[in-house]
Amino acid sequence: MLARRVGLSVAEAALMSATVLAGAAQLVAVELWDTPIPVVAVVVTTAVINLRYVLMGATLRPWFEELSPLQTYTSLFFITDENWALTVRDLRDGSGRGAFLLGSGLAVWTFWIASTVAGAVAGSAIGDPARYGLDFVLTAVFLIIGVGLWSGRRSVAPWGVAAAVAIVGAAWLPGRWYILLGGLAASLVEVGRRG
Amino acid sequence: MVETPTLAVIGAMCVVTYATKAGGLWLLNRVEPSARLRAGLEALPGGIIVAILAPRLAAGGPPEWAAGAAVVLVARRTDSVLLALVVGVVAVLLFRGRLPGLL
Repeated sequence: MLARRVGLSVAEAALMSATVLAGAAQLVAVELWDTPIPVVAVVVTTAVINLRYVLMGATLRPWFEELSPLQTYTSLFFITDENWALTVRDLRDGSGRGAFLLGSGLAVWTFWIASTVAGAVAGSAIGDPARYGLDFVLTAVFLIIGVGLWSGRRSVAPWGVAAAVAIVGAAWLPGRWYILLGGLAASLVEVGRRG
Repeated sequence: MVETPTLAVIGAMCVVTYATKAGGLWLLNRVEPSARLRAGLEALPGGIIVAILAPRLAAGGPPEWAAGAAVVLVARRTDSVLLALVVGVVAVLLFRGRLPGLL
C-alpha cells in the first residue's frame, strides 16, 4: 500500500519483499523513497535498522553447529524478527530441528510477498486492524516467547535494564535503535555479573 | 514494470540486509568467544524480546496490560501458544469494550 503511494510498481514492491525480507527496514526505506532515489540514505538506513540481525544470527550459533555451511547461510537469509524468536524458543525446548529456521522463514517469506502484492493491489481495503484486536497479536506472541525464555530470578536484572533502556530509547531515538540497545544492555548486565 | 535505478537500490538493500543477517555468525565462527562473551550472548534473546515488548506495552493502556497478564498466565499454565494467543486477542477486545460490537 505504502509502496504504491510513493510510485513503486507492484512488481518492484514484490521484488523488494522477496529479496530484502526485512519488514521495518523496507517500510522505512519506502518512507524515504523519492525521485530521484536518495540512494545513500536508503541503503545506510537499511543497514542501521538491520544491525539487530547481527545479534540475532549470533544467538543461533549453537544450533547451526549441526548444519552444513551451505544450509546455515541459506537459512540465515530467511531470518526475520518473528521466526528468529520462534526458532530461539524451539532451540530452548531442545528439539534441535535443523530445518526450523528455514521452514518458518519460508512461511514468513511467502506470506510477506503475498501480503505486499495484496496490499499494493488492494490499496486500503483492510481498514483498521485494531477493530479486530489484531494489533495485539504481535505483543502476545512476544509475551509468550518471553515466558519461555524466563529463567527465574536470574532474569530480573538483565530484563529490567533492557526494559528501561528500550523505553527511554524508543522515546528519544529514531527508528528501531531501542531494540538493539535494549538487547545489548541485557547482555552487558550479564557480562558484568561474570566479571 | 521494473526500472533500473530502482532495481539497483533494491539490490543494494538486499546485500546490506544479508550481510547483517549472516555477519554475526560469520564473526563468531572465526573468533572463539570467552565464557563472559558467551554469557552475554545467552542473555541477548531475552533482552531483545523485552526491548521489543517494553515500549509496546508502555504505549498501551490498562486493556493491553490486563490482556498481556492473561497471555502470560495462560502461557505459563498450559504451554499452548495458540490458546494463549486466542485468549490474548479476545481479552484485549473485551477490555477495550469492543467485543459486543463484533458479536
